[in-house]
Amino acid sequence: MSATAPARPNAIRRALDSDLWYSFTRSPITVASAIVALICVGGAVLAPWIAPHNPFDLASLQLMDAFKPPAWEMDGDPNYLLGTDDQGRDVLSAIMYGARVSLLVGFCAVLLSVSIGITAGLAAGYMGGTVDAVLMRIADIKLTFPTILIALLIDGVVRAALPREVHDQIALYVVIFAIGISNWPSFARTVRGSTLVERNKEYVQAARVIGVSRARIMVSHVLPNVLGPVLVIATLNLGFAVLAEATLSFLGVGVPPTQPSLGTLIRIGNDFLFSGEWWITIFPGIALILLVLSVNLLGDWLRDALNPKLR
Amino acid sequence: MRNDIMLETINVARHFDVSRPLVQRLLAREGKRVLRAVDGISFAIEKGTTLSLVGESGCGKSTVARLVVGLYGPTHGSVMFDGQDLAQARADSEQRRRMQMIFQDPYASLNPRWRVRDIIAEPIRAFGLTRSPAEIDARVGELLTQVGLSPLDGQKFPHEFSGGQRQRISIARALSSNPEFLVCDEPTSALDVSVQAQILNLMKDLQARLGLTYLFISHNLAVVRQVSDRVGVMYLGRLVELAPAETLFNTPRHPYTRALMEAIPDLEMTGRQRIPVGGEVPSPIDPPSGCPFHPRCPLANDRCVAERPEMIPARGTPETLVACHAVEEGRDRVGEPLVAA
Repeated sequence: MSATAPARPNAIRRALDSDLWYSFTRSPITVASAIVALICVGGAVLAPWIAPHNPFDLASLQLMDAFKPPAWEMDGDPNYLLGTDDQGRDVLSAIMYGARVSLLVGFCAVLLSVSIGITAGLAAGYMGGTVDAVLMRIADIKLTFPTILIALLIDGVVRAALPREVHDQIALYVVIFAIGISNWPSFARTVRGSTLVERNKEYVQAARVIGVSRARIMVSHVLPNVLGPVLVIATLNLGFAVLAEATLSFLGVGVPPTQPSLGTLIRIGNDFLFSGEWWITIFPGIALILLVLSVNLLGDWLRDALNPKLR
Repeated sequence: MRNDIMLETINVARHFDVSRPLVQRLLAREGKRVLRAVDGISFAIEKGTTLSLVGESGCGKSTVARLVVGLYGPTHGSVMFDGQDLAQARADSEQRRRMQMIFQDPYASLNPRWRVRDIIAEPIRAFGLTRSPAEIDARVGELLTQVGLSPLDGQKFPHEFSGGQRQRISIARALSSNPEFLVCDEPTSALDVSVQAQILNLMKDLQARLGLTYLFISHNLAVVRQVSDRVGVMYLGRLVELAPAETLFNTPRHPYTRALMEAIPDLEMTGRQRIPVGGEVPSPIDPPSGCPFHPRCPLANDRCVAERPEMIPARGTPETLVACHAVEEGRDRVGEPLVAA
């Protein structure tokens, strides 16, 4: 009941004052993984501007430069820091462009999972009864199939149904759909659980007394209060989605080779591993590990930091 | 139908199915289990007055509160809001606007993600009372002032307030649609005693100024005495006594009401030996036959076990409606202690 309004600190000051920032700066592992993740994401997003070469510019490729080892090796060329592959493409640039594809697929797949999961979870938790039973049984059935199996199935069907040129064009979307669709039950279950708690709280009943519509209560009252856990799972799932995409690409059913992702690079490099050109597959592998590990560590930290019982 | 009645319930009941899942039930060879939370209650509230319902935990008070605002539908019986069936009234936003509810837990009744001004403005927006943002702001500020807060508090979040202040916000939200009938479900039981008095005074003050009608639910007899015009005593989903507040507190008739009065702490009676009501509240899933109070009643006889008493005017105090065979038969030993010490 203050007589004067307190001066509103600006958004940055408030963020620096928050518990989240405090717990962030207190954990060296988290700071380290944030930096690594930032480098990975930054390198991927800014690839067209900061990458030393453009691996997709066929005109600039020199077959003479094929199979150059990393710069610090004996035959290394300082022009190609991490060496080149069989067609003379710079491995570092290929990784940066590859991470771009990997992250794009990962983000979009998680976004798809989150959208389906939140919708299904809110509906199941808030409406209950038959809607709940049907949606959750579908989620249970979905959980009995491994992600890779579903992705292979979807990819196989699309491949068989569409001509090759069309398929290559939409391959990226097929992968996003296949990974996204296989992951929504974990979001749906979390959201449903939190919704069951929130729907019985008195602020929801107050809205019902006023006569606010069911859809509006779900979206404007319940949703903001169940988003915390979703954010955590989404972060953890981003790493999973990137890995799933890499697995699919490694198996050769993911994104087309014209747009190689990290998984594709690892698969291509795998062919040369035993003939001595180890850098073609090892460096994309390390990049994948760093990216997924740092994102997962960030997710773990977020989970602990947002859990009031662990404060 | 008299048109000065704001709300009337006619033999209203709400049962809950608490059976185990079908397969388990078949295996255990048991029938459906029905919890009779509210089991046939009739009362009427005149406009501008306060009716309180008191009773122990689990006697169905809160279920009644949810029944009369339409959060639950009645299993049988009916609720009439200003002469209109409640379900019909709820379908009409103009009628719905006239009823509001204040909740028990000030920490759960405000959405933690909403600013106070949005919480208070929600009914204004939902009923389309005014569309212009400036008018909404002005109205929210006015409401905050009315409940003793500052208009500047509107931009804060609920967690920045104490329990008593939150309850004031809750009241401001309830008032924002200009209601005539407020259902208050234990609005003070989560608050400190000193804050309780402030909130009660605020509510009485608002009633006097705005001509509000209250249905007040509480387990606290002292609070009830302060705010009520009429008081209903509930036991196991039924009303056992309904009387004007003064009559009820001066000459309680039902043995259960008398036992409750004995339990009120009282300065003059310090040191007196108290006779507690023996036994536990029976389960509303399997209520006792006849009068639900008979297993704990010192006046019970065979008729009380066999026959359910109806609400009838009591001998001696005809303004009291009481459901008790002992009172009807005149064997309730008025003026003597209920149990010989």
